[in-house]
Amino acid sequence: MTFLTLSLALIFVLIPIILSKTLQLELEKDTIIAAVRSIIQLLAVGYILQFVFDSQSIIYITLMIVLMIGAATQNARRKGASIKGITWKLIVTFIFVEILTQGILLGFHITPAEAQYIIPISGMMIGNSMVLSILFLNRFIAEIDAHQDEIELILSLGGTSKQAIHSQLITSIKASTIPTIESQKTIGLVQLPGMMSGQIIAGADPVQAVQFQLLILFLVLTSVVVTSVLLGFLSYPTLFNKQMQLLKAEE
Amino acid sequence: MAEYYEAAIQFDHVNYSDRGTLILKDINGLFPKGKITTLVGPSGAGKTTLFKLCNRLISPNSGEIQIDGRKIDQYNPIELRQNVGLALQSATMIRGTVMKNLTLPLTLKGSELTEKDAKELLQDVGLDEEFLNRNVKDLSGGQRQKVSIARTLVNKPKILLLDEITSSLDRVSQQDIEALIVRINQKYGTTIVWITHNLTQAITIGEYSWVMIDGELIESGESSFLDNPQNDQVKQFIKGDLA
Repeated sequence: MTFLTLSLALIFVLIPIILSKTLQLELEKDTIIAAVRSIIQLLAVGYILQFVFDSQSIIYITLMIVLMIGAATQNARRKGASIKGITWKLIVTFIFVEILTQGILLGFHITPAEAQYIIPISGMMIGNSMVLSILFLNRFIAEIDAHQDEIELILSLGGTSKQAIHSQLITSIKASTIPTIESQKTIGLVQLPGMMSGQIIAGADPVQAVQFQLLILFLVLTSVVVTSVLLGFLSYPTLFNKQMQLLKAEE
Repeated sequence: MAEYYEAAIQFDHVNYSDRGTLILKDINGLFPKGKITTLVGPSGAGKTTLFKLCNRLISPNSGEIQIDGRKIDQYNPIELRQNVGLALQSATMIRGTVMKNLTLPLTLKGSELTEKDAKELLQDVGLDEEFLNRNVKDLSGGQRQKVSIARTLVNKPKILLLDEITSSLDRVSQQDIEALIVRINQKYGTTIVWITHNLTQAITIGEYSWVMIDGELIESGESSFLDNPQNDQVKQFIKGDLA
């Protein structure tokens, strides 16, 4: 695809602007900002990736991954602001997911130790992990809020902090991971995954595209479950003090 | 007078505030060991908060609480909570059956309540044994309160804190629970502290009483003082002006 043909794709930006103007939806400004930001951000990422791929430097690869983890942490931490030390808990979770998935991929030679494999796969894993963190934190905080009486009941009967929060923790882990597992059950039937579609459009062998997509799906399964479980078990102890008292959100 | 009683729970200048609001103000007093103490006062007096302090669900901002002569923070929280049973007015249940709720205190210790013991507990609180496998969401408010009391008894606590546990019960059920509490007190020497809005109950069941108003302990002593209070605020409360 040339830049000239890509510029024709701007028709797809004009359509929502015209509709917005006609129906007075007042979405024109946001649509233009979104389109301009996408162009600048993705082109910049494209050139950066090209530079990193050409260099194959471990320093640049690591730097890219650190940036991804930093951005994911920044995005997810707002949802868990009431949990003490949420920033480092998210960082530990993302690093663990990254080491686990890349460790298996590279350790078993499933993918080559090259930047063009490591960086996109890391991006997908950290991205999924970030979304899962947000889903988990949203649900976990809501569960604690709604079931504070049950938590205090178990504490009052002589239960430990872990026993008191167990039900809310398990519910939140299940609720945050089920959408990913369910969506994988219908994958290929309802919609073709984006990465696979992109590869096929770019001219790759469809069977090879499917193989890579399966690899990614299985990696996503691991990353979402590990993210929820790890973040849950890192988070719940900070909701209690040493006297096994449930701390109020403000504390 | 307070000094003639051995204290099960002793409060010494206890203050508690939540989000900047002072809820308990300089509480000094005791709950006598082995006796039934009734605790009365208008809504918002801080009675439930006082119970949560005794069960150590919360800690005072200042002052000291002693349980059986030992500072409360010297106890292991689990050991303390098993010995200081708490049944709140809300009668919170965990999802599932009555049996699941009754066995909860033992499940937390890694054991189970036998069906025979569970049925006996239900009988003690005036519920038929057929309730055992009933889902708690199908219970009335009064039935929940009975299950809540039975569940608190499973740990065989030395001190029992009961927060308006008969408020949702009919007169007959109230009398059953009153008789049960007196029986437990006499049979096991359990110290019982009972928050109630029912002044007659406070005088007839209680050997010792506290009146709390607006976070303060206004008057305490042998329950008979409720018949002839000295303090003007207590007089007003008993007349119903401070309800």
